[in-house]
Amino acid sequence: MIWLDFERPIVELREKLESLRLTASEGGNVKEDIKKLEDEINTSSQKIYSNLTSWQRVQLARHPNRPYTSDYIKLMFSEFFELHGDGCFRDDPAIIAGMGKIDNKPVVLIGHEKGRSTKERMYRNFGMANPEGYRKAMRVMKLGEKFKRPVISLIDTAGAYPGIGAEERGQAQAIAYNLREMSALKVPIIAIVTGEGGSGGALGIAVADVVLMQEYAFYSVISPEGCASILWRDANKSAEAAKALRITAKDLLELGVIDEIVPEPTGGAHCNPEETAKTLKRTILEKLEPLLSTPPEILVKNRVKKFKAMGIYAHSKV
Amino acid sequence: MISDTMWFKKEKGIEVTTIKREVPNGLWVKCEECGEILYKKELAKNLWICEFCNYHFKISARKYIEILTDEFKELDIDIQTANPLQFEGYLDKIKTASEKTGQKEAILIGEGKIGDYKIALGVMDFRFVGGSMGSVVGELVTKAIEFALSNKIPLIIINASGGARMQEGILSLMQMAKTSAALSELADAHIPYISILTNPTTAGVMASYASLGDVVIAEPKALLGFAGPRVIQQTIKQELPEGFQKAEFCLEHGLIDAVVSRDKLKKTLIGIFDFFGVGKEEIKQEINN
Ligand SMILES: [Zn+2]
Repeated sequence: MIWLDFERPIVELREKLESLRLTASEGGNVKEDIKKLEDEINTSSQKIYSNLTSWQRVQLARHPNRPYTSDYIKLMFSEFFELHGDGCFRDDPAIIAGMGKIDNKPVVLIGHEKGRSTKERMYRNFGMANPEGYRKAMRVMKLGEKFKRPVISLIDTAGAYPGIGAEERGQAQAIAYNLREMSALKVPIIAIVTGEGGSGGALGIAVADVVLMQEYAFYSVISPEGCASILWRDANKSAEAAKALRITAKDLLELGVIDEIVPEPTGGAHCNPEETAKTLKRTILEKLEPLLSTPPEILVKNRVKKFKAMGIYAHSKV
Repeated sequence: MISDTMWFKKEKGIEVTTIKREVPNGLWVKCEECGEILYKKELAKNLWICEFCNYHFKISARKYIEILTDEFKELDIDIQTANPLQFEGYLDKIKTASEKTGQKEAILIGEGKIGDYKIALGVMDFRFVGGSMGSVVGELVTKAIEFALSNKIPLIIINASGGARMQEGILSLMQMAKTSAALSELADAHIPYISILTNPTTAGVMASYASLGDVVIAEPKALLGFAGPRVIQQTIKQELPEGFQKAEFCLEHGLIDAVVSRDKLKKTLIGIFDFFGVGKEEIKQEINN
């Protein structure tokens, strides 16, 4: 288990609990002490996780043990067949795309994949997609449209990859194309930010009828580090930047950008991936139902209307 | 979706010219690209194109409108920039930019005429907070798209932007989706949209409406791309190739349709409109007869 700095108090209590349990196993009478400590751990956890700062949430969203798309496929899908082709340049392992069944319903799934081991993270480019990733995603979405299958999109990326090849092959063009085509896709789309919602690289697969965020996920136009280095020329002020940018699920709900927050277990998704996936699956199915019975033209009309309404400005005349 | 182009001044080492020349007074200006000293009056007559190296100087939105259109009437949309995130110093920044440019925001939109064609036009201004896109820019772009749609006339957007506006956070990012969604309606109605990319057009604007033209034309040497050069350099830790992300580079890689000089743009556009056949008053009358 990897613990974050702000989780220190819980770790210390847990260590105490371990040694008490050891005492108990050796015949010591510490039953009451254990009970007391367990309560204390619960209280402390509740207190810490319900008062997280924006920056602490960023750390949880980036937690190396956080469930990724491949985990959710295993935990939520009864069948899955991956489709690797962008039909153009190469398979981009930073995005997984394919068809599968969730609760016996055929759907198309696309999602960022960061990879778990160091080797796999390199292979997946840490979940930072190149243009071919966005093109593969769109190709599979169009497949969903052709055969009337809804699209589920899981978003978890630091951003689209900024590299020479990415520019040469049209990173901006690939994302722009996805934004327009997703707006007009004639099947339901549900997008869930499951970890990092890193700017255009996230949005490139996140135009949807229903946009959800997991409790500790964040979604931002720029990374807190990037913002801090622009504003204060100091990447160490990321915590302040995270707060100023208003990037938490609650912030986005208030700003009218997302529709709902999907709860996570105390401590974050990685503490209990099974429970997290169960909640997510239930939410997806619940959101999918009314969309599946909506005529495609109405679906598209509402989606376009939803995104066209985004933004906050003032009026000068009353 | 924010590129570094609008935030950082050129580093000394990247400066193209090292020749120090005195610029005597307000009558002369030094070319940012080749370093030649140019007579301001001549430069203006030449549409702010350097006669020595064909560098296209950044010009204001109003100047661009003057160069390109035969008639123009600004659409008066009653919106102004708010501070939705309560971002420190944001409204002061907007106020300063307004005073400097005489504009309310980083884009002007309106209806205009080019040759015989009625058009909906949006022109961005890089001087206004780096042409960055917040809620107002997104809404004005959307209004220009809707104007083209309801009047069935071609849409032209002249782009100049460092990307999404950081001070409006996620709402700025959503303007990419908003404008692209509006463009899907325009595409559905078969109304032509020509996107003109000027120096620089990057990040959130490039990764949304600027790239979605039926025809995409760039000015010579304009910097165009998704990520800013500095970010790429920091990521890959190697030198960027010569001419990387310049209009000519993008043309070579098939990312844009043409590179056209400012002085030839109007003629080019009329040619494209003739091909599409949308927006010409005479044509409509012929059909009615
Ligand atoms: Zn020059």
